[in-house]
Amino acid sequence: MATIPIYGLMAEFRSPETLLHAAERASQEGFKRMDAYTPFPVEGLAEAIGFSRTRVPLIVLIGGIIGCVGGYFLQYWVAVLDYPLNVGGRPLNSWPAFVPVTFELTILSAALAAFFGVLALNGLPMPYHPVFNVEQFELASRNHFFLCIEAVDPKFDADATRKFLESLSPEGVYQVDS
Amino acid sequence: MADPVQPPSPSPTSPQIIGPGHTFATLTDKISAIVLTQRTPLFWYIGFGLSFLLVLVLFYCIAALLTVGIGLFGVMVPVAWGFAIVNFVWWIGIGHAGTLISAILLLLRQKWRQSINRFAEAMTLFAVACAGLFPLIHLGRPWFFYWLLPYPNTMGIQPQFRSPLVWDVFAVSTYLTVSLLFWFLGLIPDLATLRDRAQRRVPRFIYGMLAMGWRGSAVHWHRYEMAYLLLAGLATPLVVSVHTVVSFDFAVALVPGWHSTIFPPYFVAGAIYSGFAMVLTIAIPLRRLYHLEDLITDRHLRNMGVVMLATGMVVAYGYLMETFTAWYSGDVYEQYMMMNRMFGPYGYMYWLLILFNILIPQLLWVRRVHSNVLLLFLIAISVNIGMWLERYVIVVVSLHRDYMPSAWGMYSGTIVDYGVLAGSIGLFVCLLFLFIRFLPMISIFEMRELVHDLGEQGQTARSTE
Repeated sequence: MATIPIYGLMAEFRSPETLLHAAERASQEGFKRMDAYTPFPVEGLAEAIGFSRTRVPLIVLIGGIIGCVGGYFLQYWVAVLDYPLNVGGRPLNSWPAFVPVTFELTILSAALAAFFGVLALNGLPMPYHPVFNVEQFELASRNHFFLCIEAVDPKFDADATRKFLESLSPEGVYQVDS
Repeated sequence: MADPVQPPSPSPTSPQIIGPGHTFATLTDKISAIVLTQRTPLFWYIGFGLSFLLVLVLFYCIAALLTVGIGLFGVMVPVAWGFAIVNFVWWIGIGHAGTLISAILLLLRQKWRQSINRFAEAMTLFAVACAGLFPLIHLGRPWFFYWLLPYPNTMGIQPQFRSPLVWDVFAVSTYLTVSLLFWFLGLIPDLATLRDRAQRRVPRFIYGMLAMGWRGSAVHWHRYEMAYLLLAGLATPLVVSVHTVVSFDFAVALVPGWHSTIFPPYFVAGAIYSGFAMVLTIAIPLRRLYHLEDLITDRHLRNMGVVMLATGMVVAYGYLMETFTAWYSGDVYEQYMMMNRMFGPYGYMYWLLILFNILIPQLLWVRRVHSNVLLLFLIAISVNIGMWLERYVIVVVSLHRDYMPSAWGMYSGTIVDYGVLAGSIGLFVCLLFLFIRFLPMISIFEMRELVHDLGEQGQTARSTE
């Protein structure tokens, strides 16, 4: 096998349909550790490479609950515990007046969870990644579509995998140095 | 070298949401070239320079306010809320269209939003920034602005959470934060495009750092789309809540002309109305100057005109119901307020408001007006002015004569009031100029997606023929 460790092999395609087809073929072939790179979200592609569940909604829900409970408690603490003010004998815990700020803090906390959650799950920021070593890869943010089978895949074999990728009629197959 | 997918050719009867012949590559190159390779056009320097002069006026006025004091504003009892609050409500309303276009139209799957959402969101950010400035400088001692927030302090006091003014602090700062997150999340894939397209080292490095290593992985896109959708779902009730809370600032008070249950819906409609007017005010010169007529098409302008007409009618209904309620309530103070609003010393303001905000926009009923870009632009300007007058009528005219005739008074803005207003417009325009120079003003990846979707539809349409 190769003496220089490689990250994987990458095939280049010209349309989302051919990439989607290639990803489905690779999945049928039994490859598990692969990723596809596209200039815009392609429907069904994540499922084709074996990824269908995301924890983003759960993180956002947890963020929202924290914001809601925390927001209400903040006002309760201020208005009842820390700085109680008797305004015309009204109850200190005047919950209807606390609804707007609770709502705003729920949204704020859920939105922060969504933004930072998606970054964290995607492992960003990560300015360097092996796929950037491929010269043609800069077209992945313009109009070309890539499928990368990673060397960590148990079925990966430098020659056989290259032959398989070439059978998918790509524009080219490139070795991704790690 | 053309990509296999092509959008369908436009039929002459209905203008399309994207010009013919665009592919993933041409879209990417066209939009990114404005930032990366095109020479900065002369009008950019002129526009940026002029708006920066107004920013200097703003700085001067703020410096004067900080050193001399709030007395430089024309505010005086009984009119303690003057231009600053008028401008605040006006700016924050303008911001609402950006969120509406990016979030609500996303949830409603309106594809035509995709070429206008980016700069509409930027407009939201800058408008909210301008809005946030006004309550701050309107504080008697702005350097204590952090007293608005609850935190353990040596004074042993806390903000009053039963007051809409405190709700406002939370609503506006949440709105600014969520708008910023939404806008930046949308920018990340386009920043990666700029990183890959930049030829020189410095832009490459800066865009690369901002893109945070985005590489368009299918797994990343999957999570990204989910997060984007959820943020849209969160921003939708937020945008409604923000102007509702702003209207509570008035509606919870007992002043005749403020104390009204119609305020929240009528403020939200007015916000969307003025926001769409501002989007049109920006979009029309922008597409002309940067030759973007094939991306921001006549169809976009027409749709925005229709939204403006619809929300304008809601606003007109609000005016009508305010008048009706004042009469029907039998309350002498409410009735006097309405008579004073129409025929009092500020009556001309009211009738100008009706002219700019209700009568002139009725031209939008005429179909030919939708395709007349200049007329559409003038109507949008008219609505911008009209909405400012509306806030003036609500804030100043209601305050200047309330219950006790002995406490009546008159108000007029001082030169500092006008300076801050002009300066805030300058700040807004200046930030917009910086934005269109350094960031892609149209979402590139969403346009690629649009070309792809339209291409698929076109193919299926052809195959079923």
